[in-house]
Amino acid sequence: MNATKLEPATALAELKETKPDSVTLVVLSGDMDKAMAAFIIATGAAAMGMKVTMFFTFWGLNIIRKPGSTSSAKDWMRRAFGWINKGGSDNLPLSRFHFGGLGTTMMKKVMKNNRMPGIAELLEMSQDLGVKMIACTTTLGMMGISKDTLIDGVDQLAGVSTYLAEARHGSVNLFI
Amino acid sequence: MIPADVKLDTLGYFCPMPIILTSKKIKELVPGQVLEVASDDEGIKKDMPAWCETTGHEWVGLEEEPGAEKTIYKAYVKKA
Repeated sequence: MNATKLEPATALAELKETKPDSVTLVVLSGDMDKAMAAFIIATGAAAMGMKVTMFFTFWGLNIIRKPGSTSSAKDWMRRAFGWINKGGSDNLPLSRFHFGGLGTTMMKKVMKNNRMPGIAELLEMSQDLGVKMIACTTTLGMMGISKDTLIDGVDQLAGVSTYLAEARHGSVNLFI
Repeated sequence: MIPADVKLDTLGYFCPMPIILTSKKIKELVPGQVLEVASDDEGIKKDMPAWCETTGHEWVGLEEEPGAEKTIYKAYVKKA
């Protein structure tokens, strides 16, 4: 038997060379605080020279919807759902202490006074830094969100295989 | 005092802004030049060396200027 033996050190070096430094984020949540964490990680990673891909699904799709967008779904249930479930990066509620909007408004004011970027600004910054944004087609359909109501700059509409193809190369994969 | 060729003011900004502004500013420098980043976010003490390690730029050092209200941190990075 003459099996090829791979030196561990060489293998490690090779792996380091071929493995791109990439980050993938699954953004399922549409809460302001969670979206903020996602974007801070995304912009930080992009600033560190890493390749960043964000996958938006379920409530996370609200972050990349145009504000005040309605649904163009054919059936009344999805249309009603798309209408009640308002989108827009400026309309996201806090996951806690939303208090019918009062808590979220106060938090936004505190952030503004402290020169902290809001979700809309973080989103724009991410796009400037080359963060790739992908919207999940299954949940778009399920929630009655049509693709023309998504913001400009969403790179592609895709599914789980696209996510996995990116994530398997990634060194950081987060679910938010 | 560490000499710097270019200065960047990020005072009043929180994470991740100092790092993002640094990554933009460093593009204006030529290799070998030193960038001074002033920040009042204490996180920069750890964040800037980590940023250097990942991006390949050289971490030169840090200076602290304690003030009455807050300390100003000056991080120095040499462009690779």
